Amino acid sequence: MSKVLQKDQIAEVDHSLYDFKDVEHPSFETNAGLTPEIVEQISRKKGDPEWMREFRLKSLDIYNQLSVPEWGPPIDGLDMRNIVAYVRPDTQMHGKWSDVPDDIKNTFERLGIPEAERKSLAGVGAQYDSEIVYHNVRKEVAEQGVVYTDMESALKGKYADMVREHFMKLVPPTDHKFAALHGAVWSGGSFVYVPPGVSVEIPLQSYFRLNARGAGQFEHTLIIVDKGAYLHFIEGCSAPKYNVANLHAGCVELFVEEGARLRYSTIENWSKNMYNLNTKRALVKKGGTVEWVSGSFGSHTSYLYPMSILQGEGARMEFTGITFAGKGQQLDTGAKVVHAAPHTSSHIVTKSISKDGGECTYRSAVTIQKQASGCKSSVSCESLMLDSQSRSDTIPAMDIRNDDADVGHEAKIGRISDDAVFYLMSRGIREEDARALIVSGFAEPISKELPVEYAVEMNNLIKLEMDQESAPVC
Amino acid sequence: MADKLLEVSGLHASVDGKEILNGLNLTVSPGETHVLMGPNGAGKSTLGNVILGNPEYKVNAGKILFEGEDITKEKTDARARRGIFMSFQSPEEVPGVTLEDFLRVSKRAVTGKPLKVFAFQKQLKKTMESLSMDESYARRYLNVGFSGGEKKKAEILQMLILQPKLAILDETDSGLDVDAVRIVSEGIRQYKNESNALLIITHNAKILENLKVDAVHVLADGKIIRTGGPELIDEISRTGFRPLEEGAAQ
Repeated sequence: MSKVLQKDQIAEVDHSLYDFKDVEHPSFETNAGLTPEIVEQISRKKGDPEWMREFRLKSLDIYNQLSVPEWGPPIDGLDMRNIVAYVRPDTQMHGKWSDVPDDIKNTFERLGIPEAERKSLAGVGAQYDSEIVYHNVRKEVAEQGVVYTDMESALKGKYADMVREHFMKLVPPTDHKFAALHGAVWSGGSFVYVPPGVSVEIPLQSYFRLNARGAGQFEHTLIIVDKGAYLHFIEGCSAPKYNVANLHAGCVELFVEEGARLRYSTIENWSKNMYNLNTKRALVKKGGTVEWVSGSFGSHTSYLYPMSILQGEGARMEFTGITFAGKGQQLDTGAKVVHAAPHTSSHIVTKSISKDGGECTYRSAVTIQKQASGCKSSVSCESLMLDSQSRSDTIPAMDIRNDDADVGHEAKIGRISDDAVFYLMSRGIREEDARALIVSGFAEPISKELPVEYAVEMNNLIKLEMDQESAPVC
Repeated sequence: MADKLLEVSGLHASVDGKEILNGLNLTVSPGETHVLMGPNGAGKSTLGNVILGNPEYKVNAGKILFEGEDITKEKTDARARRGIFMSFQSPEEVPGVTLEDFLRVSKRAVTGKPLKVFAFQKQLKKTMESLSMDESYARRYLNVGFSGGEKKKAEILQMLILQPKLAILDETDSGLDVDAVRIVSEGIRQYKNESNALLIITHNAKILENLKVDAVHVLADGKIIRTGGPELIDEISRTGFRPLEEGAAQ
């Protein structure tokens, strides 16, 4: 049985690689801007239904009208005039392992990720083992009626109408320039539907499939958890993804129906040349719960503020996030929540660590609308700066439109105390280990929310980053 | 083995440019228990910090030898691995790191050997019991939310687990109730053997009751102004430090 699956998968992968080869037509290279022709061609190659073709073109129009955001960290490094170069990068995903930058390769080595898997991360072969894992997961949950498939198949299959009904309704292309870009050129991603009352016991992970597909650039994730159902979805990369191009504008839309619960965990560790302009949003109906666990480590610049709209009475959101910015990184992260119904609650806990001149900005927006009486919201953000060149900012916004809301906010910015380092060293622990221990401790409330293998990996990432501090600069 | 464990000679040290230790000499041999007394601000805690190499303190002159080797310029962690320990007056809180994990990391660091997990757990459990510490403290974050007494007990616990050659106890008895003093002093007695040594900084004779004290030093103005036997403790209890300081000044 597994043999059939393997064959099937390899064929599928080959097909997708072929797809993108077609897109890499020489004539594109001379085109500076993103044109309707290019978008049409992407649509045609992907075999979009007609409405999607129109949607892409409309998004392109919007994209051309909107300007690049200027309120966050600079994204001048992105050459918007040559956006085609970013749209086409999937073609280059099947580059050579030897082309992967050394720092990322070293990270893989030190994390002990097997060579076969490393190859698949660079986009060459070896997807096969991962795909089997994926299929096993899918088989088990399929028996519960859960749909877990790639977006392209979802668009054409049995759930085509459901996809059409929800696709970019939470994050419309008009939201911002990169949402419009996403609407025009999106490719890859996952579609998940959990039927009413179904509780998915094992977390679904999109990690493997993303690698195989090589669709890490503009992927779209659409998850619908129907009434009273439960799902834990883990997305992104547990290990660094390597992308040749340097723009990631993904989109995640989560629909949590009445009484349902969705836990969405992700660790993003992009290569250090990446502009990560990702948009994530959840709509939560009556009595539903969305729980976000979010780790941001890599990228050159990130704009990432998962948003929850608490639309039904008693809806809840919890957000747990950690951001680690090292040398040359500007990570602008946080969370947004809109309390649109009475007795809704939100709980945001974030930590950020900056070192070697890295900059972390915590940015959040809590809105409590007039009709949303009896709401509760608590925000706590803590930052740790590991040296004097590093920077940490906190920008929490609150817009409270009624007078019976229970709102709390707590912010702390600090440094590693010399006394604490001395204390640990006085017990024989080397200075760099003492610092790493303090930093891991700082991150502990977040790592304990992660699935264990991710927690281990996050700690490894912290240790790696800390080691680099004391390592000689090469 | 060197016949002297610790030899401090002509030690001058300052903090924030202010000289605190002013030509201090002190020798401790294996098996001995030394008591360091003195008025507030005399430099008692400074001495402990300087012996451990706290980078906030600057050594301007003098030497510190441990087992015959000059450690004056060595980093704190290296000194700890040689077997020097200090129980802190107000130990730091380290959120996110449990007491047990911390002890495990420290034990591995000072022994330089992999830890025998089961033996370690057994030792930890037993030692905590002997200090009347609830087991749950092992899983709590290091010193976070510990009461003053629990922090002091946790310091003694570390001493008992790490088994240093020289333990400096910096006012370990301050702020403790009678029962806690008894428990802590029992822990100290449990630690003490013929080859290790204690340097106890204290204001309180109570903690010394069960211990055989070899020498008592009175520190004032950054120098040891008088050294004697246990009888000196009684003298100080009766008359205070003033007469000793005045005697030294003449």
